Amino acid sequence: MTDLTKLSLTATRDGLKAKDFTSVEVTDAYLGAIEAANPKLNAYITIETNQARDMAKASDAKLIAGNGGMLEGAPLGIKDLFATIGTHTQAGSHILDGFLPEYESTITTNLWGDGAVMLGKLNMDEFAMGSSNESSYYGPVINPWKGEGSGTALVPGGSSGGSASAVSAWLCAGATATDTGGSIRQPAAFTGTVGIKPTYGRCSRWGVVAFASSLDQAGPITRTVEDSALMLTSMAGYDKMDSTSVDMAVPDFAAAVERGVKGLTIGIPKEYHMDGMPDEIDVLWKQGIEWLRAEGAIIKDISLPHTKYALPAYYIVAPAECSSNLARYDGVKYGLRVAGDSIDDMYELTRAAGFGREVQRRGMIGTYVLSAGYYDAYYVRAQKVRTLIKQDFEKVFADGVDAILTPATPSAAFAIGDKEMAADPIKMYLNDIFTVTVNMAGLPGIAVPAGKDAAGLPLGLQLIGKPFDEETLFAAGRVLERSAAIDFSPKQWW
Amino acid sequence: MSVDAKTVRRIGHLARIKIEESQVNAYAGELNAILGFVAQLDEVDVDGVEPMTSVLPMTQPLRKDEVNLGGHAERIVANAPLSEDNFFMVPKVIE
Repeated sequence: MTDLTKLSLTATRDGLKAKDFTSVEVTDAYLGAIEAANPKLNAYITIETNQARDMAKASDAKLIAGNGGMLEGAPLGIKDLFATIGTHTQAGSHILDGFLPEYESTITTNLWGDGAVMLGKLNMDEFAMGSSNESSYYGPVINPWKGEGSGTALVPGGSSGGSASAVSAWLCAGATATDTGGSIRQPAAFTGTVGIKPTYGRCSRWGVVAFASSLDQAGPITRTVEDSALMLTSMAGYDKMDSTSVDMAVPDFAAAVERGVKGLTIGIPKEYHMDGMPDEIDVLWKQGIEWLRAEGAIIKDISLPHTKYALPAYYIVAPAECSSNLARYDGVKYGLRVAGDSIDDMYELTRAAGFGREVQRRGMIGTYVLSAGYYDAYYVRAQKVRTLIKQDFEKVFADGVDAILTPATPSAAFAIGDKEMAADPIKMYLNDIFTVTVNMAGLPGIAVPAGKDAAGLPLGLQLIGKPFDEETLFAAGRVLERSAAIDFSPKQWW
Repeated sequence: MSVDAKTVRRIGHLARIKIEESQVNAYAGELNAILGFVAQLDEVDVDGVEPMTSVLPMTQPLRKDEVNLGGHAERIVANAPLSEDNFFMVPKVIE
């Protein structure tokens, strides 16, 4: 029998529907793979063996009866940020110790409604703050990829590092993830997987632990573009529980995948050429341009003049919103509590013990920029710059550009415990330089694996689309995937 | 606008995070590095630019002011570190 964990999500779904194998079989195959790999990769925080088998059995009954949903019986991993009733949901943090939600996030409700099976909860940077998955209370996630001839453990990117590592290492057929500044696309690029951050408002944020509410969006990480389209179709949709979710029909994204790029205008922004960027990133970008041109796209040089201000503006807006959102962790309602002499003392001791260093640092920055006397100088100015960033995009879209092609990250995956990044938070933040503009403008962006660096590590390209035009991203992403024709399977060492 | 040790202590208190004295200087350095980085925004001309309030043009959805969810006190306190009779318990606030 073929290794069921090596199938794409779409092939898994199709095989289940055709009764080539059962959901219990494929679920058990994944549970076995997780058991063997997780001590080395640390992608899962909890493995829900019994629940997964129960869900698989229920799916098999539906498949036999011929009334399965669009993901019936397909085993998925869920980022620890999504509330799942009665199962571990701690956003990778110590402060939510023991928290077991009494409710289910809308996105996971949608996935279970379409028949998906939950394997467990995936590791992540604490409260989704990080670009290397090293800030998790549950320890770093390891990238299944290693440089050729190198034994060095690499980061999978972050914050959805567990999701990316698990999908790449065949520990789930697809995974949920979230993206506030690049947390879906950067780890996807680091692991040779596909990650889409949909348009702000496309997916409900209800039941997803909040980091920066005006930037957070959920999306899938999968092994193929087609899988990405399939999974997003299930996750997306209007939800009256999230007042920023948009009441708009969800297209069948998978139907757009093979549409091609003939006649589409693809913008190439000159501001994404960075000083000191490795040549191989530039070469890959040029290659991507040629692939799209060869399939009939019109290539147009464009300018997004405020690009360089997106990251600094983000490091005001995101910490400001996080300091507000994280106020709820006070040792009273849920999670950790450290006793103190007074209520304020209890708050301060609980939050000092419960939050890791990166979360504390961002909470402090956010508190500072929102404090009396600084609000206009920092927060209001950053929100004005954000308007300018969005207008840059609006201008090029109005000039006939259908999508924009950029590199996904300024480098391939780096080593765990990189000293320079540990010593300088700004250096770590620069990982998101190409992705963060998309969150600031609320646009959809997809990262597609498209090449490898000299050490054989995956590199990704990013496509940025118009609001609610994820379909064009899937179509163009598929052209990149098909043109690259590279097998992005890591060599199994775990 | 440089952050000194006194400001770190004040911000720590505002953020309700206990900052150990041994960490104050390290925090000051990290916060100053980030504030130095975001200072580039000062070179952008933002005269007459509206600050963003929503990335998408949307009107605030309204609903009738009526109870639509409720009666879940037990479930709400289910995760509380300390509760009694469906109340959250905290250290004494009023003498």
